[in-house]
Amino acid sequence: MDVLESEKNHIKPDDILAQTDIKTKAAMMQYLAQQCRIDVFDVLHEKGTGHWGGAASAAELLTTLYFHMMNVRPEQPDWPDRDRLVLSKGHASCMLYSVMANRGYFPIKEMSTFRDLNSRLQGHPCMNKTPGVEMSTGALGHGVSVGLGMALAAELSKKSYWSFVIVGEGCLNEGQSWEGIMAAAKFKPRRLVLMVDYNRVQLDGPCDEIMPLDPLPEKFSAFNWSLAPKVYDGHNVDEIIESWQWIYKQDNWPVAVIYQTHKGKGVSFMEDNHKWHGALIDDESYAKGRPELLVRLKELEAQL
Amino acid sequence: MTKQEIAMREAFGRSLLDLADKFPEMVVLDADVSSSTKTLEFGKNHPQRSFNVGVAEANMVDIAGGMATCGLKPVISTFSIFVALKCTDQIRNVVCYNNLPVILVGGYAGLSDSFDGTSHQSVADLAILRSMPNMVVVVPGDATEVHHALEQSLDRDGPTFIRLSRNPTPVLFENQPPLEIGKIRRLRDGSDITIGVCGVPTFMAVDAAEQLASEGISVDLLEISTLKPLDTETLVESVSKTGKILTVEEHSVYGGLGSAVAEVLARKCPAKMDYIGLEDTFAESGPYTELLAKYGISQRSIEQKAKALLACLRNCK
Repeated sequence: MDVLESEKNHIKPDDILAQTDIKTKAAMMQYLAQQCRIDVFDVLHEKGTGHWGGAASAAELLTTLYFHMMNVRPEQPDWPDRDRLVLSKGHASCMLYSVMANRGYFPIKEMSTFRDLNSRLQGHPCMNKTPGVEMSTGALGHGVSVGLGMALAAELSKKSYWSFVIVGEGCLNEGQSWEGIMAAAKFKPRRLVLMVDYNRVQLDGPCDEIMPLDPLPEKFSAFNWSLAPKVYDGHNVDEIIESWQWIYKQDNWPVAVIYQTHKGKGVSFMEDNHKWHGALIDDESYAKGRPELLVRLKELEAQL
Repeated sequence: MTKQEIAMREAFGRSLLDLADKFPEMVVLDADVSSSTKTLEFGKNHPQRSFNVGVAEANMVDIAGGMATCGLKPVISTFSIFVALKCTDQIRNVVCYNNLPVILVGGYAGLSDSFDGTSHQSVADLAILRSMPNMVVVVPGDATEVHHALEQSLDRDGPTFIRLSRNPTPVLFENQPPLEIGKIRRLRDGSDITIGVCGVPTFMAVDAAEQLASEGISVDLLEISTLKPLDTETLVESVSKTGKILTVEEHSVYGGLGSAVAEVLARKCPAKMDYIGLEDTFAESGPYTELLAKYGISQRSIEQKAKALLACLRNCK
């Protein structure tokens, strides 16, 4: 791994951000998300450590957040009015880093230090080490409460930044998530958005086997959240943008959106397979999987 | 010394109100015990800055963590046993790991929720919170010290744990220099034995030292209100002089003040030492003073152990 895909063929963040045609912009983000997916695949293989499954699942969500939804200033990560993202499923760290590097928070080549001693890129996100990371995560179930705190602070300080929280099934297994969900519906802070990266596969197996969450939409409704009218395809940037158009119009807070995703998305034999939650990507699987990711990248490139 | 008695929780409730204007970024979170912990009045006076999250302590700490990243100074308040045991993950992974300015106020600590019994008594909180990097651990010795502990915590940029008692206890430090986080307060100069104490038993140690003095034993009495960071200099200076120390705390002898002192002395100034605190046991329901005495925390017990330590030393020589 000498040079990462997104270094070789770097799309300038400004070009995506400046794109006013939403269809074109969506295609650019779709492409970039796949590029980040390949970067993560390369880094995890090279390092022999990290979580492919949950990272691949969140590529499009994270890309659309950082390039379309969130108002941030990578050159000034502590800008007080920035939008906040809490990646509650912190094991998807490598994808977060890849998207953030492309957005300009730190050099893309720094990705090669992932999980190294003295690296700014910790195994799980660390807010005091990586510029732009809003909350250290890793132990599951913290995100909803932390995001609620951020949203309440915005209200109190009369600021209008958004607080986004991404959770997976693991987070929603944790009782604390439901404490947070209950409390958020009590305090109803504006601009608090919970995004469920619902790939339905946990570390040990399918969530229907490990800890069924369904009926998940009904749970959010019963907890008095505004729930998006449909489950969106979390790998389709057009649909994520559509969800944002719905979110943006809401005035009943807080808001939850469920995105149907696939663990290990992009590599056929890894998709929806719990074994690829945290297994190292061995040479054989790498050699077999990478061409699939590249084929998809070429397809997306043709649509640019 | 005055005979006046005030509960630390009452002082805490008043201090929140007193400090509200000085610290406009302060917010207060409670977990459905605000009428017990006395954060209720702050809530009535500052409803926008007050958050009752219900009986969900872990959630409360992480909400505070999120707020702290956005410039607020949250004070979370519930019973100390719940702070230490129900929120351990949140305190470690969100508050301490990120070094966030969250103030954790553990009320009803030690055996002070005496009648409610073991389920509500907190005798391992100091051990747990002391183990967390970045955490400052403060145990006021009377109601007067609560205000200064809170005020100085609000001036800090990292997490602080303040341990409070439920019941009225003697006011010791009115018109005295304020508690200073990180500093030992020397209550008595002596040369035979050091007694190190924190929290409610401080008044017992004061009386015990007085009694021991009348029997010709000179006590160097240290009120060690900050367990972390420990005022090593004053401690070592005292024990270098006396060669022996008895620690007194309303906590398990595992991991609290006694352990903190022993850790320092083992490295810097090994000395003969004994501990007063709960031995490896749960307590039970009962009236506070009698309960403390049954489990070895009393003026009498301090006197006895101090004398035993001195006698042992003589015998060992």
